Amino acid sequence: MTRVVIGPFNRVEGDLEVALEVVRGVVREARVSAPLYRGFEQILLGRPSEDALAIAPRICGICSVSQSLAVAAMLRASQGVTPAPNGLLSTNIAHAAENIADHLTHFYLFFMPDFARAVYSARPWFNAIEARFKATSGTCGREALPARAGLLEIMGLIAGKWPHSLAFRPGGVTRALDLGGKVRLLAILARFRAFLEAVLFDAPIDALIALQSADDLDAFVEGEGCAGDFAAFVRIARDLQLDMMGFGPGQMMSGGAYRGPTGHHFPAGVLDLRTDDLRSFDLAQVREDASHAFMRDSDADPAKAQTFPDVHREGAYSFAKAPRLSGEAVEVGALARQAVAGHPLIRDLLRRAGATNVFARIVARLLETALLTQAAESWARELDLRDRFCAQESPAQDGAFVGCIEAARGTLAHWATIRDDRFTGYQIVAPTTWNFSPRDAADRPGPLECALQGLEVGDDGAASVAVQHIVRSFDPCMVCTAH
Amino acid sequence: MRPMIRATPFNVLWLQAGGCGGCTMSVLERGASGAFEELRAFGIELLWHPSVAEATGPEALSILEKILRGAIRLDALLIEGSVLCGPDGTGLFNTLSGTGRSLKDWIASFAPLADYCVAVGSCAAFGGVPAAAPDPTDARGLQYRARELGGALGPDYRSRAGLPVINISGCAPHPGWIMETLQALSLGLFGAKDMDSFGRPRLFADHLAHHGCSRNEFYEFKASAEHPHERGCLMENLGCKATQAVGDCNQRAWNGGGSCTQSGSTCIACTSPGFESAMGFMHTPKVAGIPVGLPLDMPKAWFVALAALSKSATPKRVRENARSDRIERAPEPGGEKSK
Repeated sequence: MTRVVIGPFNRVEGDLEVALEVVRGVVREARVSAPLYRGFEQILLGRPSEDALAIAPRICGICSVSQSLAVAAMLRASQGVTPAPNGLLSTNIAHAAENIADHLTHFYLFFMPDFARAVYSARPWFNAIEARFKATSGTCGREALPARAGLLEIMGLIAGKWPHSLAFRPGGVTRALDLGGKVRLLAILARFRAFLEAVLFDAPIDALIALQSADDLDAFVEGEGCAGDFAAFVRIARDLQLDMMGFGPGQMMSGGAYRGPTGHHFPAGVLDLRTDDLRSFDLAQVREDASHAFMRDSDADPAKAQTFPDVHREGAYSFAKAPRLSGEAVEVGALARQAVAGHPLIRDLLRRAGATNVFARIVARLLETALLTQAAESWARELDLRDRFCAQESPAQDGAFVGCIEAARGTLAHWATIRDDRFTGYQIVAPTTWNFSPRDAADRPGPLECALQGLEVGDDGAASVAVQHIVRSFDPCMVCTAH
Repeated sequence: MRPMIRATPFNVLWLQAGGCGGCTMSVLERGASGAFEELRAFGIELLWHPSVAEATGPEALSILEKILRGAIRLDALLIEGSVLCGPDGTGLFNTLSGTGRSLKDWIASFAPLADYCVAVGSCAAFGGVPAAAPDPTDARGLQYRARELGGALGPDYRSRAGLPVINISGCAPHPGWIMETLQALSLGLFGAKDMDSFGRPRLFADHLAHHGCSRNEFYEFKASAEHPHERGCLMENLGCKATQAVGDCNQRAWNGGGSCTQSGSTCIACTSPGFESAMGFMHTPKVAGIPVGLPLDMPKAWFVALAALSKSATPKRVRENARSDRIERAPEPGGEKSK
């Protein structure tokens, strides 16, 4: 048996270390570690409730709006405020822009450059992929980065800037758009759609959204979408069998994404792939286990827990605690969201592989990019400029409150206890806390640890590029993981 | 873009310490052909960057090792995120994965080798949000701990070019602040005279965030918003510190055309050392009804007198719009419209 430690594991958001126990060329056990702790939950204690809007987004520079929205949802519960419909629409448009920007950044900057590595130089597709996706020098950066920056102009309009804005409130958003603003939103989205249709998909996004099955997808990448970056990925995935790699634990969930005046755009739910059972999502079933975290034990219920770091804890290997839903590890993210929402293409990909996998995770992210572009266009059209964008807010009431939203990478929840407008408890469970959770007291691995188990790495050990694909397929956000 | 002629590339190593990655996300917004082309045009070579470099694990460590033994020249060391010195001075709240060694130690090894040392963002400059009370991780900037010279590299640190740490503060900084400072360094155009008293590049720090604020007229007449979604001045009630914070925030476009104050995000002075220590970011502390934090260099009595005067002269249009989320009463050149 050999133990290999892989780090610095880069092209992810934040710091990540992965340790593998390899027996005869096969990963017997994986341990994933978040090696950074900043103490946001401690910093929030004792502060006025509204200050969380300034502090919490700064947990994460890549999903800052998501952190803001979890705070706003929690404060909304504490204030008993019903947000203005325009506020929800504006929020959803900004949130979609961040979510899409994250998916693009992941695809172009974090994930695809691995296929441009010298290890693949003998593959027939290598030269084209190297020219297109080589890290920092591939031609894709000249198109994808300006497209990302162009899309983020939505933040200039709605939020003032990105990352880190104070525009998102319990009652809605701070800025009421006028006619010029609404039209500019639509123009930004039209320009972004043109990028997707010319460069990423080489086809109308509606054609991608309409795909019903893996067979449809194959026809799409050989047919109308054949020259897109997406098709290039699908062909590589077929060649390298990325659908047979990185199986998740079987349980997936979504807390419900993009709340509008009439409910969530992508529904909440928990899907068990082993039984195909779809049940309702219940935050009260969440518990956190600190047995392998550099943390002192506290209440397992996030609504009652406190955070006390302890770098000397015996048996600990990560600053992340291990969240479990009804005792089980759960995979979250775009794949879980679209599987719970029942998109036929995603359900077919999962049915065929029997589990979540590297390929399906990437397809779901890009499908969601198309879905969100379409949704943002309709949200922008729905803005009724005669109405308010922010409802009157109220003082926070005493009590325990939760704000739960879907960030790009999955379910994000903030549990807060408020007394006299000050936080006396604050716990955050972020998407990658779920996906890259360490073991729990029963030694059950987290989703990534599960996905790496059984992987054949041969003599490559730490140099195994398959490990890189599996880890990055989750698009981890390590700064959120342990905060 | 046509690359600048350079004999050798301008080598940059970018490391992330106790931060959120937002400064990297910000700089990636730069450039009509993307940030990498923008760097390439100036002959700036990213030796390694945790978010975007190809090299990972042992390949990355080998690059770091070559820099340490002088086999690769280090023109600029860029650090994003605060240096977490805790617990008990060990730095173990933030280790570089795969090495078991703290970022604090890694940074201390690289800093003496760099011609220039740049703190990207307020965390690396002054400690930033991780240093907020109770400062759980002993978070510090490279040279500063809030306003004091108590940073991780010590008060006397100078890079090989003889400069203290260059502090591109902001949370997150404007992409242009980062890119332009880096480009100026690569051209050899940036020196001590280009930094303010806190080491901030004067290309943004010679201005106040207030300059060019779209709420200017409301400020002049002290027509103030009382709720964050109202159009009036955010200073009197909603905690805005734009008159006390450096930055050309309202003279540049953020994300194509925005700014904090324009969108209704009160200025929390994120370019200032110690900004994180505020309690009640969105409320203006007052004594006897007068805001405690007044414009940086204006005599208080004058400010109070002028404020009283301008309040009494506030046009109806300005007063009404200040308390609304939209323009209720448009200006009508030639005379105020009666409603």
